[in-house]
Amino acid sequence: MLRYASLAVPDPRDLVFGHAPTLVSCGFGLKLGARVVFPEVNFTLPSMPLTDSTWPDALAQYREMARGVLGRARALEAPGMVIELEHLPPMTEHPEWGAQITAELLELLENEHAKSGLACALRVTPVDLRYGERPPRLRDGPLWEALRLSLVACTESGAHILSIESEGGKEVCDEALLRGDIRGIVLALGVLAPRDMAWLWNRIADVCAGREGVIAGGDSACAFANTAMQLAHQRLIPETLAAVVRAVGAARSLAAFEHGAEGPSKDCAYEGPILKAITGRPISMEGKSATCAHFSPLGNVAAATCDLWSNESVQNVRLLSGSAPEAFAESLIYDCRLMNEALRRGKEHCLRDLLVDSDRWHSPQALVISPEAAVAIARAIVAAPSDYHRATAAAQTAVQLIGQAVTQGKLMLSPAETRWLDRIESDLADLPDTEGELLEQTQAEYGHLFERSSYGL
Amino acid sequence: MDLSILKQALIEGNDQTVADLTQRALDEDHSAETILSDALISGMEKVGELFEQGEYFVPELLLAARAMQGAMEVLRPLLAASDYQPLGKVVMGTVQGDLHDIGKKLVAMMLEDSDFEVIDLGTDVPPERFVEAVEESGAQLVGLSALLTTTIPAMEATVGALREAELPTQVKIMVGGAPVTSTFAQDIGADGYAPDASSAVALARRLMAP
Repeated sequence: MLRYASLAVPDPRDLVFGHAPTLVSCGFGLKLGARVVFPEVNFTLPSMPLTDSTWPDALAQYREMARGVLGRARALEAPGMVIELEHLPPMTEHPEWGAQITAELLELLENEHAKSGLACALRVTPVDLRYGERPPRLRDGPLWEALRLSLVACTESGAHILSIESEGGKEVCDEALLRGDIRGIVLALGVLAPRDMAWLWNRIADVCAGREGVIAGGDSACAFANTAMQLAHQRLIPETLAAVVRAVGAARSLAAFEHGAEGPSKDCAYEGPILKAITGRPISMEGKSATCAHFSPLGNVAAATCDLWSNESVQNVRLLSGSAPEAFAESLIYDCRLMNEALRRGKEHCLRDLLVDSDRWHSPQALVISPEAAVAIARAIVAAPSDYHRATAAAQTAVQLIGQAVTQGKLMLSPAETRWLDRIESDLADLPDTEGELLEQTQAEYGHLFERSSYGL
Repeated sequence: MDLSILKQALIEGNDQTVADLTQRALDEDHSAETILSDALISGMEKVGELFEQGEYFVPELLLAARAMQGAMEVLRPLLAASDYQPLGKVVMGTVQGDLHDIGKKLVAMMLEDSDFEVIDLGTDVPPERFVEAVEESGAQLVGLSALLTTTIPAMEATVGALREAELPTQVKIMVGGAPVTSTFAQDIGADGYAPDASSAVALARRLMAP
C-alpha cells in the first residue's frame, strides 16, 4: 500500500498554480500540471423537481448549459476545460440517469474537441448515498449498491475523471463541530474517515482499473471542513476551529491518494495545497469565482496553487449577460488567462504571492492553505506514524501557525477567537496517545452515532 | 445562596456545578419557580446576548443549554406539580430527496435547548411521514429544511400534505435552508421562514405564542 512519508513539493516556493510534479493526462488531450491552469466548470439545475416526468427537461437543460459553456470556451480561446457533472441524489439513485447524462455531455465535449480542438475532459461525481441511513451503513446494503452501480455506469458511459465527496465519519463530525469538540473531530477525521476512504477508494480504483481513458480523480473534505467553513461564515463556530478542521481534513483526504486516486483532487477540497505538497499531483480549487455557490474568506489564496480553477456549482438561471453557467465559465476563463500569462512570462511567483498575501492575514482559514503553511502542515502529516497521529499533527501545526501569526501581529483575532485558539491547543494536548484510547473515551458521547463494522472496527 | 452564582455557572456552561447549585438552592428554600426564572432563564438570556454579540459561539450555547437541562432534571418534578409546561412540541426534518442534515440538526438542538420538545425525523423524509409524526405526537409546530434546488418542491408537497391532513389541531409550519426565501415560504403556504438557526428559535417562539 502506498503510504506517503515525504513531500513531493518540500519547498513552498515550488507550490504554485499550474505546476504539479506529477502530470495527469485525461480526456481529449488535456494535460494537467504542465504549466497551464484550466477552468473547471460545474453547473446544476434551477429549482425544479427531478422525477421521471421532468427528466427529459433536466437532460435538455444540461445540454443547454454545456453548449453555452463550451461556446464561451471557444469564443475566448480557452486552452482547455474540464466540465464537472456533480450528481444530484436522484442521478446516483438511478444509475441509468447518471449514465445517460454522462454520455450526452461526453458527446458534446467530443464534438467540440473535434470541431475546435479544445482540450477537454469530463469529471463525474456521484453522490455518496451511503450517508442517507443513520447510522450510515457504509460497506453493504442498497445504498452502497446503488452508489457502486452508479460509479460503474458513469465510467462505462464515458466519464474521464471519477470523483466523490465521501462522507464516512460525518455523522460524528457534525455533532462534534456543533459542540466544538476536538476529540470528536479527530475521531471523525483521524480515525473513522480514513478507514472508510481506504475501503471506498480501493473500490473506486478497481472500477476505473482496466477501463482506458478513466482515471480515479480525488475526494474532498467538503462534508467536514466546508461545513465548518460555512458554520464559521455564519458566526456559529469560531474561524480558528474551521481553520484547524481544514488542516485535519487534509490528513483525511490524503487517504484517497493512498488508495488509488491519481488527481486532480476535487474543487471544493480547499485542503488541496496540502495534498499537492505531499503527492505532487494536480489539484482543482475554487474561490472568488465560486460565489455563485457559497462565500468564503479565501477567494484569492485558493487560486495560488491550483491546476484547475472551478466555480463549484452554478444554477441554470438567466442573468443580464446570458445564462449563469456561461457567465461563470467566462469569469473562470479570465482568471485562468491571467495565471497562464503570468506563467508564460515567468512571473507566476509574483502573481501567486499577490494572491496569497491579499488573503492570508485576513483569516486563519486563508492562512492555513497559504504555500508556507500548507508545506508545514504537509510535513507534519507525513512524519506521523498513523492516520490518528496525522490528524492530530495537522491540527497542532495549524494551531502553531495561527498562534505565530497572531504573536507576530500579522493576523488579528477577536478575544473570542483567541480564547478558542487556546482552548483548541489545550484540547489537542489532552488527546490520548492511541486511537484505541480515543475510541474508548468517546464511546459514550459518539458511539451511538456510527456502526463500528462500517469502519472495520 | 445568592442565585447569581448559579446564573454565572450556567453562563460558563459548568454542568455539574449548575446541577449541584440548583439542588443547594432548593435545599436553602428557594422555590423551583424562582430558581428557574432568576437564575436559569436569566442565565440563558445572558448566554443568548453573548451569542448575539459574537462573544459566544454555538458550542458555548450548547454547553450552557446542557447545564440548563441538568438543572431542569432537578427542578422538573417540582415544576410539574406547579403547572409548568415546555414551550411546545416540534417535528423537524429535511424534506424528501435531500440528505443534508446539519442545518436542521442545529435548529433542532437549539430548539431543544430553548425548552421545546423536538421530534427529529432525520433526512429524506416523505410528506406522509411528517403527517404521521404530527398525528402521533400532537406537535403544534413543524420545521422543514432543504438545501438542494431540486428538493425545495418537496417542501411545497409537504406543506400541502400537512394542510390537507385532518389533524386534531392546526399545525404551524416553518421552513428554512439555503435555496429557501421568505417569498417562497409565503407562496407555499408556510407560516414562517427563518434564514438561520437562531432566527428559527425566535420564529418558533413567535409561532407558538398564544
